[in-house]
Amino acid sequence: MKKNGAQIFVEALKMEGVDTIFCYPGGAVLHITDALYGADINQVLVRHEQGAVHAADGYARASGRVGVALVTSGPGATNTVTGIASAYMDSVPIVVFSGQVATMLIGNDAFQEADIVGITRPCTKHNYLVNDVKDLARITKQAFYIARSGRPGPVLVDIPKDVSAAMTEFKYPDKVHIRGYQPTYAGHPGQIKRAVKQILSAKRPVLYTGGGIITSDASDELLAFAEALSLPVTNTLMGLGGFPGNHPQFLGMLGMHGTYASNHAVMQSDVLIAVGARFDDRATGRTDVFAQHAKIIHVDIDPTSISKNIRVDIPIVGDAKHVLKKMLEVTEDEKAALKEYKQNIKEWLAQIGDWKKSYPLGYTRDGTLKPQYVIERVYELTKGKAIIATEVGQNQMWAAQFFKYLKPRSIITSGGLGTMGYGFPAAIGAQAAHPDALVINIAGDGSIQMNIQELATAVQYGLPVKVIILNNGCLGMVRQWQELFYAKRYSISKFECSPNFVKLAEAYGAVGYEIEDEKEVDKVLKKAFTNGKPTFIDVHINPDEGVYPMVPAGAPLNEMLLV
Amino acid sequence: MRHVISVLVENEFGVLARVSGLFSGRGFNIESLCVAETLDPTISAMTIVTRGSEAILEQILKQLNKLINVIKVVDFEEVEHVSREMVLVKVNATERNREEVLRMAEIFRGRVIDVSPRTYTIEITGTEEKIKAFLTLVKPLGIKELVRTGQIAMIRGEKIIQVKDRESKGGEND
Repeated sequence: MKKNGAQIFVEALKMEGVDTIFCYPGGAVLHITDALYGADINQVLVRHEQGAVHAADGYARASGRVGVALVTSGPGATNTVTGIASAYMDSVPIVVFSGQVATMLIGNDAFQEADIVGITRPCTKHNYLVNDVKDLARITKQAFYIARSGRPGPVLVDIPKDVSAAMTEFKYPDKVHIRGYQPTYAGHPGQIKRAVKQILSAKRPVLYTGGGIITSDASDELLAFAEALSLPVTNTLMGLGGFPGNHPQFLGMLGMHGTYASNHAVMQSDVLIAVGARFDDRATGRTDVFAQHAKIIHVDIDPTSISKNIRVDIPIVGDAKHVLKKMLEVTEDEKAALKEYKQNIKEWLAQIGDWKKSYPLGYTRDGTLKPQYVIERVYELTKGKAIIATEVGQNQMWAAQFFKYLKPRSIITSGGLGTMGYGFPAAIGAQAAHPDALVINIAGDGSIQMNIQELATAVQYGLPVKVIILNNGCLGMVRQWQELFYAKRYSISKFECSPNFVKLAEAYGAVGYEIEDEKEVDKVLKKAFTNGKPTFIDVHINPDEGVYPMVPAGAPLNEMLLV
Repeated sequence: MRHVISVLVENEFGVLARVSGLFSGRGFNIESLCVAETLDPTISAMTIVTRGSEAILEQILKQLNKLINVIKVVDFEEVEHVSREMVLVKVNATERNREEVLRMAEIFRGRVIDVSPRTYTIEITGTEEKIKAFLTLVKPLGIKELVRTGQIAMIRGEKIIQVKDRESKGGEND
């Protein structure tokens, strides 16, 4: 049957099983929005295109499905760039459809024209300009496939207005074949054997895992492997939830604001097993002394991640789920070696136990309202059964340190790009994916003001996201660096004026609460978690509180400022 | 280290931008880049001459492979190959040195492809070393302008760079 481009677009979304899209319309996508009218797909009208992409990203991270955003040409498209770059850095599968001016106008500096394919080339996994309506179905199919397969990532599809109007025979391809793109899933068996042999000869092994565990749905395999080998496990920020945060083998997060036990264990390890992590500078600290006594095994689906920042001894290109399963099988065949290995690592595990006991994460309770306390209460009151989104800065680090993530996809945070303004729209996306879940955005008073307009979206669609604003009246992480490294010259980091967040929430038709004292925390949080409405909780925290431990930028991981 | 890399890509618009953008975005160096259609009109071949440490070269090869439109990458460092470059040189041709210029061109099996009262334009094809030698000798005579194609390369012998359709671009050990 003949359909126009816009109808093909809608049919293609249905074929891909898309149930929700985040949109902001405009001239170049009017044919498409018209075709969506009454279609059986939830259409969320956001208030800013950046919000649409973050929401699609949050939806994808929370659900594991591909997130979808639709925006118009020109400014609509350029507003998506930060969202796309955030998804790219964190390997999140999203497809962004942008309208484009009609093909005959492209290149003429037409009204609302921007070369969005050119602009997003370095921050998408791949992107397309659809020149001919005959290519639309194939390109859409490929876009979804590329977004979710291999190392996932954002794909942009730019659709000129005349293409969405043009008619063609619609047939959705049932297969994708791209000769330049065939990701490797199965790890090399020889390398897997070598890796297991290396681990079994270790005296001080550490397992260091990242977002790849969550992406590849490998948390069960990780748990089984770690338990079989009694391996101490540390996570990157992106890896939180991939291993149960309350497990006795868990060391906490590593890196700049990692735990003492994690950082020291990694630095003193003799075999470091990295799975689905990419040795980011925030995780490694100074690279030339990073885990310098260790043989490094690196499992990653993206060959470019291997030996990029840190030279790897045993590389294994493959999917974390597959490789961990195989590694466990190989281990189980080595009964004698395994027994000896367990003897050999006893001392090391005792050492790590000492570190955990002597240097736990902590803060001083002094009667003032501490952000760490608030996060701890959120954990206790929810028993960890919540989806936590974060903004970026101190709020993000406290949320990473003081909430125990028990399941994958329970933390939604911009790790790689570090995008302030990410958390709130991402939380809205996560709530759209899981309408019955308790979704909480841990924010700061700086970050929340970067996409605060999305409160209207949350209210319009009844998405009862809870935003806990850890309000210290300043850009806390900037201030912390200024305090430590710039002689307390607090340059351009204090908000002399901020809105009344309670009244602001009410003005949007949401609920606003305020907490000024530690004693009110439980009462207000309980109220907020059960009121069924989008809610801002303005928490006046002690503004002098910092994030510790801290490894100064460029220092080795084990040179930590503890308070 | 200087490397000559062959990259087979989809013959589509925007692919060159993806490849050059990869180099500029990651701070990799391009000494020369040459691109044109191959025997199969859906595929273009790029020959890129680049420079960098071993670790950088490894990243360049992997990052190129990661591009969706890149079908195959071959580092000629690892195979016996032949390579050629063509240059056009516009040389001063005064009464005094006209003969000398012609003799040089002849020795290097160049061809004079354009003549004016005061210049010769010479076409020279050869290996990097040959072209370097020619330019060194002609330089004292006065080069007015120089245009180079950049190197192109091919595996020596019967072997060719082939696109096997189901090939995994995989990683280090696949």
